[in-house]
Amino acid sequence: MTAMIDVADAMKTFTMHLQGGIDLPVVSGVTFHVNAGECVVLSGPSGAGKSSILKMIFGNYRCDSGRIGIRHRGAVIDLATAEPRQILNVRRATIGYVSQFLRAVPRVATIDVVAEPLIMNGMARADAQARAGELLHRLNIPERLWRLPPATFSGGEQQRVNIARGFISDLPILLLDEPTASLDAANRAVVVELVAEKKRRGVAMVAIVHDDEIRHLIADRIVDVTSFAAAA
Amino acid sequence: MIEQDLPDQDVADRDVLETDQPLLIAAGLGKSYGRIAACRDVSFSLYPGEVLAIVGESGSGKSTLLQLLSGQLAASAGHVSYRMRDGVTRDLATLGEAERRFLFRTDWGFVHQDPAQGLRMAVSAGANVGERLMAVGWNHYGRIRDTASDWLTRVEIDVARIDDAPRTYSGGMRQRLQIARNLVTEPRLVFMDEPTGGLDVSVQARLLDLLRSLVAELNLAVVIVTHDLAVARLLSHRVMVMKGGRVIETGLTDQVLDDPREPYTQLLVSSILPP
Repeated sequence: MTAMIDVADAMKTFTMHLQGGIDLPVVSGVTFHVNAGECVVLSGPSGAGKSSILKMIFGNYRCDSGRIGIRHRGAVIDLATAEPRQILNVRRATIGYVSQFLRAVPRVATIDVVAEPLIMNGMARADAQARAGELLHRLNIPERLWRLPPATFSGGEQQRVNIARGFISDLPILLLDEPTASLDAANRAVVVELVAEKKRRGVAMVAIVHDDEIRHLIADRIVDVTSFAAAA
Repeated sequence: MIEQDLPDQDVADRDVLETDQPLLIAAGLGKSYGRIAACRDVSFSLYPGEVLAIVGESGSGKSTLLQLLSGQLAASAGHVSYRMRDGVTRDLATLGEAERRFLFRTDWGFVHQDPAQGLRMAVSAGANVGERLMAVGWNHYGRIRDTASDWLTRVEIDVARIDDAPRTYSGGMRQRLQIARNLVTEPRLVFMDEPTGGLDVSVQARLLDLLRSLVAELNLAVVIVTHDLAVARLLSHRVMVMKGGRVIETGLTDQVLDDPREPYTQLLVSSILPP
């Protein structure tokens, strides 16, 4: 069994050219792997580099060195050295990312925001919208809001729309950045259920969760990020 | 970089990726005026369905580059090649004038910042759209008019305005009409020069949203020049940052904007006002 995610000795430093070129080390020696059907939770205090690691795995932040091995369409591809086109292919077919905040396009209806990843992958609009509706329903977004753009929704509602959009595809890897941060107990329970379903389907997940209770419910393993603190 | 082939590899998928060939290739492209280099040593490949944003401030060479790529300006150095509809990739410099005009009327579009440059302001909206169809040999009036009405609807212009000239249109409508005129022949590649420049913010948002869905639906390849990083983020897959005629940084749009490396890119990104 090959790991779905295999990070080896990855390092990231920000060089702040506008602040006199100071180097801001973020993480170094990041090494861990995630198997199919497993949820690994990154732990550590704020500023330890948890979100940065997630962004490196998504190809959003570039690595200075090391390797981000991703199992994509049956082969292993190193996102640290991949071409932009390859990274886009990996995101389309392999890695999903649920960020803390919804970055929606103005004017697009909630149901379409959620359905978009499926439509992009070739599903008929009506089928994609039906799946989107099911998820929105489970996440307690009332149907009367589905036709509205999410820009005017509350923080919790926007986060649930974002979760629906992130969970709708059947991608083999899912990255979760604080998916339950502004949710009430009932909706947190729904997210825990959704994560469990993904695991049963063999999805490999990496999550950042501050809530101890949720962490215990979803984590199969915990990776302590403080051990990757970069020496300043 | 694919490093390791495993037995369960999906061959069909891989084939699609591997046979995918670039549509437009720039190699060592440059333009000088006497001793002044407006654009130096630009190389990249653009694939079908890919949106490339060229960002940088005024005078960075981005508009010169767009003109070189679209064959409107002769390069002082390097080549631009384009994969024609018959699958043959040709150097633009070797195309005859008639061939180049044909490309421009069929397989390419060019959306100007000022719609007056891309439209005929005194003839009707329907004729503006229909003209492109006639240029590629359509001659059935009813079909041309139906297709023009269709396209006006797609760009959210009331069909009741089809017989009005664009000089009676608002700025946002003119820009949407220019887009309809360009897309009606189903081009594979569209060049855009600051398409949202000079529009009100609310009009801009609507146009961006429209462009974004049309580009995805039609699987268009786009080279878009903009000084607005928000436009680049919303529309493009890849970004090239230009300064002093050179490409100083390039990569996936979210990589370059969220993790800028070059001092100038960091300056650009940090200069965005929060919404």
